[in-house]
Amino acid sequence: MDRFVFLLSTGLARGAVLALFALSLVIVWRAARAVNFAQAAMAAVAVYAAFAVTAASGSYWLGLACGLATGALLGAAVERGLMRRLPHRTPLPGMIGAIGLVMVLQAGLAIAFGPEHRPMRAPFSERPFVIGGVPVLSPYDLFVLATAAAVMGALALLFTKTSLGLRLRAAAFAPETSRLLGVRVPRMVTVGWTLSVATAALAALLSVPTELGLSPHAADLLFVDAFAVAVVGGLDSPLGALAAGIGVGMLSGLVTGYVSASAAPLAVLALLTVVLLLRPGGLFAAGEARKA
Amino acid sequence: MTTTTPPPPRLEVCGIEVAFGGLKALDGVSFTVGDGETVALIGPNGAGKTTVFNAVCGLVRPRKGHVRLAGRPAPSKATGLLAAGVSRTLQGLGLFDRMTVLENVLVPLSSLPGPATRKASKARAALADLGLAADADRPAGTLPYPERKRLALARALVTGPGLLLLDEPAGGLGEADIADLAHTVRATADAGCAVLLVEHHVDFVMDVADRVVVLDFGRVIASGTPGEVRADPAVEEAYLGLEAAS
Repeated sequence: MDRFVFLLSTGLARGAVLALFALSLVIVWRAARAVNFAQAAMAAVAVYAAFAVTAASGSYWLGLACGLATGALLGAAVERGLMRRLPHRTPLPGMIGAIGLVMVLQAGLAIAFGPEHRPMRAPFSERPFVIGGVPVLSPYDLFVLATAAAVMGALALLFTKTSLGLRLRAAAFAPETSRLLGVRVPRMVTVGWTLSVATAALAALLSVPTELGLSPHAADLLFVDAFAVAVVGGLDSPLGALAAGIGVGMLSGLVTGYVSASAAPLAVLALLTVVLLLRPGGLFAAGEARKA
Repeated sequence: MTTTTPPPPRLEVCGIEVAFGGLKALDGVSFTVGDGETVALIGPNGAGKTTVFNAVCGLVRPRKGHVRLAGRPAPSKATGLLAAGVSRTLQGLGLFDRMTVLENVLVPLSSLPGPATRKASKARAALADLGLAADADRPAGTLPYPERKRLALARALVTGPGLLLLDEPAGGLGEADIADLAHTVRATADAGCAVLLVEHHVDFVMDVADRVVVLDFGRVIASGTPGEVRADPAVEEAYLGLEAAS
């Protein structure tokens, strides 16, 4: 039982990060109808920026802020400079462009910083609190959970309660009609990419200290799991990303503990397969797809 | 030459020609709509009525001719219509089904400057004018069809346009709803808005229009008051004749 509680609680922290990264994929999907396969490499660039700033200044928080800003700028730059210029009749050019970008970014990072794993320290202790003899969440886990919850709450408010959010949703669901109503759709697509990559950068920044360390591939596994999460939850659904993120995080925590760490990705893939077979739109898919 | 030039019309369509590949959809179409005037664009299916709308909205570019709004060139992109004081409804309505009724009406206001509370009260007033106040917080996708059409109209009117383009506003409506619609159109024109509408419903057109422009195969074949147009033999042959025969 102790073991079960411990595994669930570590799964919860991992799930929060997964949900955050999956949410970033949902945001860009809604804004641009594209799955950004370069999300992990772009997030890694942001983490390197944070790492460099933290190393130079000694401040984790300054590094975090610079990492988020780098992610946001990179999102806008990639949308304006690359994605917008590709043909949009089929999803293929966007995918190939993104995969090319992954190679360029990861090779660039390896050239600039070296290919090895660099240890990245968490700003809080990673030793779990022990409650009633059971090790549960660490202070850093609590920080991750609180940050993820705050950012997801802020994004939910942005999308549902603000004028910018209304325009983002309008442009996402009916771009042609939105243009007639004065919404600058291309600008909304750029804003979507900016928010998305900044969110992905935050997820990667939160997850890297709990793993092997920083490398150009540091966010790759996170992307694979988060992509499964986004699809399981329904690519259009922020709520789906949250629920599926927590669920998948706990599932892989339990499988890691009771079976083996190498079985966890298989369990996630099995879940993805079952959902795709039974409910291909995802668990939280809305009834109707986007028009025009 | 300083005093007597009248103000330019709200909408001036001058000799526009639009072609899709080899097919001339519009061939030298000209007409005007003045402030406070309601003009109906009629004609058989495929005559080019919606293409005229699309040319005014910057969705298709005319090969020749020009569109002017109050003397200025019409915006070349659809996004600029709002600032130019032009609102349009669509045949397919184009509502955001997953947003609430109120949010649908807020979308055109969201790109304009001003405090959010003012916009919200403006949007609620526009909904109240069309009898949708009680539905403000419902998802638009759950409204019945006549209410959906009224919501599309409210969304077009909320910005206080100088030119209102209505694409088949009466289509699919029953008699009582059409009477309400006619009342709204008249009130809008009386407030000084220029109204251009495409419509198949002849009684509605004859009721609300000050002038009627008849298109056939991309050309204007007649224009004038409803009475004049109704009596025009060319119109009878091209359009009303077909209606009667079908």
